[in-house]
Amino acid sequence: MKIIGLIAVFLCGCLLVYGASDFPGWGDPSSPASTHVSPYYIETTMEFTHVPNIVTSVLADYRGYDTMYETTVIFGAGIACFLLLRVVKKKDPVSRLYRHKATGITLRIKKGGKIPDKSNAFERIDSEWVPYDLIIQISCRLLVPLIQIFALYVIAHGHYSPGGGFQGGVILAASIILIAISYDLRSALKIMSERASAFLSAIGVFIYAGTGALCLLLGANFLDYAALDSLLGSGMVMARSHGILIVEIGVGIAVMAVMICLYYNLSSEGKQDEGL
Amino acid sequence: MNQHLPAIIVTVPLLSAFVITAAGWLNKKLCFPIAIAALGVSLYCSISLLISVASGKIIIYNLGGWAPPWGISYTVDPLNCLVLVAVASVAFINIIATKKNVEEEYPDKIGAFYTLYVLFATGLIGIVITGDAFNLYVLLEIAALTGYALLGMGSRRAPLASLNYIFLGTIGACFYLLGVGYLYIATGSLNMKDLSAILPAIYHSKTILFAFIICLTGLFIKMALFPMHAWLPNAYTYASSPATSLIAPLTTKVMVYAMLRITLDVFTPQYSFGTIGISHSIVWIAIIAIIMGSLMALAQRGLKKMLSYIIVAEVGYMVGGLWLGNRAGITGSILHIINDAAMTLCLFLAVGNIIYKTKTDSFDDLKGLLKKMPLTMGAFILGGLSIIGVPPTCGFFSKWYLISGGLAAGHYAFVAALLFSSLVNVVLFFRIIEIGFFEPFKEHVSGHHECITDQIAGNRIMIEEAPAGMVIPLVIVAGFLIFLGLMTGNIVTSIIQFAIPAGIS
Amino acid sequence: MEDVISFVISKYNYWCYIVLLMIGLYAMIVKNNLVKKIIGMNIFQTAIILFYVSISVKKEGTLPTIIIDPVTGTHTARAADYINPLPHVLMLTAIVVSVATLGIALALAIKIYKEYDTLEEDEIFAQIRKK
Repeated sequence: MKIIGLIAVFLCGCLLVYGASDFPGWGDPSSPASTHVSPYYIETTMEFTHVPNIVTSVLADYRGYDTMYETTVIFGAGIACFLLLRVVKKKDPVSRLYRHKATGITLRIKKGGKIPDKSNAFERIDSEWVPYDLIIQISCRLLVPLIQIFALYVIAHGHYSPGGGFQGGVILAASIILIAISYDLRSALKIMSERASAFLSAIGVFIYAGTGALCLLLGANFLDYAALDSLLGSGMVMARSHGILIVEIGVGIAVMAVMICLYYNLSSEGKQDEGL
Repeated sequence: MNQHLPAIIVTVPLLSAFVITAAGWLNKKLCFPIAIAALGVSLYCSISLLISVASGKIIIYNLGGWAPPWGISYTVDPLNCLVLVAVASVAFINIIATKKNVEEEYPDKIGAFYTLYVLFATGLIGIVITGDAFNLYVLLEIAALTGYALLGMGSRRAPLASLNYIFLGTIGACFYLLGVGYLYIATGSLNMKDLSAILPAIYHSKTILFAFIICLTGLFIKMALFPMHAWLPNAYTYASSPATSLIAPLTTKVMVYAMLRITLDVFTPQYSFGTIGISHSIVWIAIIAIIMGSLMALAQRGLKKMLSYIIVAEVGYMVGGLWLGNRAGITGSILHIINDAAMTLCLFLAVGNIIYKTKTDSFDDLKGLLKKMPLTMGAFILGGLSIIGVPPTCGFFSKWYLISGGLAAGHYAFVAALLFSSLVNVVLFFRIIEIGFFEPFKEHVSGHHECITDQIAGNRIMIEEAPAGMVIPLVIVAGFLIFLGLMTGNIVTSIIQFAIPAGIS
Repeated sequence: MEDVISFVISKYNYWCYIVLLMIGLYAMIVKNNLVKKIIGMNIFQTAIILFYVSISVKKEGTLPTIIIDPVTGTHTARAADYINPLPHVLMLTAIVVSVATLGIALALAIKIYKEYDTLEEDEIFAQIRKK
């Protein structure tokens, strides 16, 4: 099997090499790809959208329709993971572990056993629990706001520098996932519940598609942000720029929520009780 | 509002998906009405689009207001309107017919199921309506990803089958993307209209040849043409019935549509069928697909798996019909896209009803079912007759066109393969009729008296016709098979003949 | 000889993409472990990203953000000065798609592991055959 696979792959590679020999040279400024459609974007981005970062303007405006589906793909992945993995029926685990904070004594409560009263003397711990590491927990907690501010910067500054909704959304999600890793899954769930992440993912994409539908209602074509001018009153060009910002914010929210949702489900096999 | 129909047809189901997610967390009862309303709007839009393009008109809709080739534009012509109506109506009817089934199979996840259901429909509608080669890829992935998730829920073996589908589906989609990349590197454009204007000047280039072949290979994997069909039978067999009866009728047909688009619109038919000289070998692949699909269907002992292999054979029909390269063959191929969608929907819905009642789909448990579930089995048999190609069901007419295309092209092996597969289908479906109708009597005579009567008595108490909500849509679909057959003349003269490029005789 | 070398070097990126693509394909065909196959799938998708991004390069071109003169506040947008932004946009989509596919594939792998207690394909098939 291995040798057959190797031969098949090698032949396939040779075919592709043969096909690639006709390509225009690497970095050739006069190749069709550099001369046919793309110069239009470079030359008109400031004039039409007032966004210096051409990737952002093409992503969210010229080809914004693709990006809407791209966000939908992410949303779909989150829902798909939920559908495939989530164990909705609340089955009590075989046993739960509780740790007495003051003495460090651990109690194993078997199924049906009585759980210690909700006093603060006990805390629930994972079965694969490693003893407290204060330094890691505190330093991660300190990092979280910095990460979040950076994420907001990446989203907001997407117009002028590399960045935008996808990148910023992933960084935002990283801050919550950091909590889940350094503490445990339940602490992260307290900050952002599953329900919240599901709602936010839907709301994020809804902001994107809804902006497009709003343009439709205002009489222009779907996703033609210039129509937002009648609401924002800032001129057609700035309306496009603002439209891009709104859309990027929607993307950021959706991506953050879905990434968190994926992490919750994948790390706990859908039980959302004990994570990694 | 009328000029915005091409946008509304995709946007409404898309927006509804987000509302359904939210509704799933608030009140599960709301999910179904929202989904059905959204798909209904889509169906309405697709029908009114079909009426407005029926005489060969073409509607172009620029998304975001950017003119092609810079922006993404929708091109609505008779060909994709016809497929749009098929996709929208299959999704619409199936959601009604499987309501009970869904409630039973996904009691806690109705919201997630309907969200993915609607997104799947959105993806397919988008593939059909789009006029941009890269946009097609994105929508292909939406349909594929939601499909993986829907097919991954079901029996024990469903996740593994679905993971295999992911591997092959990803290879297919990536090949398509790579092909688009080759087109882009050679032309600098992604818009299909623009590509077709630029391409003829550079047809001699190797890059274009590879772009064409790589795109086709990707689509062949996605549509499960014979040697690349490995993902299909298991994925469809082990998934739950509501998901199968949505995905099985649509995925392969929409991919065939995408192939039609690439070969006829992006490239010229002269290039696809003439210059590069692969049409003969592809027809031969299709012939092998038809024969192998039929033979493997014959070897199965379960209804769903048998139908899955029939789909593999049917893909061979459509691919072969297109690559015959003449008007009759292509007409047959296009007609078969909608007819096969209707037939497969009918058969899978019927099997869904049978599984709903008997909890199994193996042939042995069909004994005497014709009396217990007359309507379901009747619809199943009508679907079977249509697959065989008995007039006046729609299957007969598309097969007629395909055969006359084969004769016109002088490709007698293709004609022979079609007839052979019809014969095999006769055997398949009459075997089922025999089991469903006569089997208990035979068993009765042959000795196992008591045990069999016990079983029959047990069946009599347990099994009766499926609930009305599931049977009525099925009967409507079965009626549609005959209706489509009777309407064939109209469909061909007022729609399909405008869909075929003028150069083809 | 020189021709061959310059030919190889001038399309260096494209050869790299083909090698990566084939590594991914090999892993998907041959490997027995499902996670390895999933990784192979990811390499396969990444190879295509490399291919697209290679298209966008222009010699003498800088990254596609219009440079605004800090003093006068004006700008000149000459197409030759900036690399082609379109492939980057397309690949952002492809990256997102590959992340989504990876997520679903991993979810299915977890489901399979729960069912069979293994991710080796032959062991899974052996279990299926036994039943």
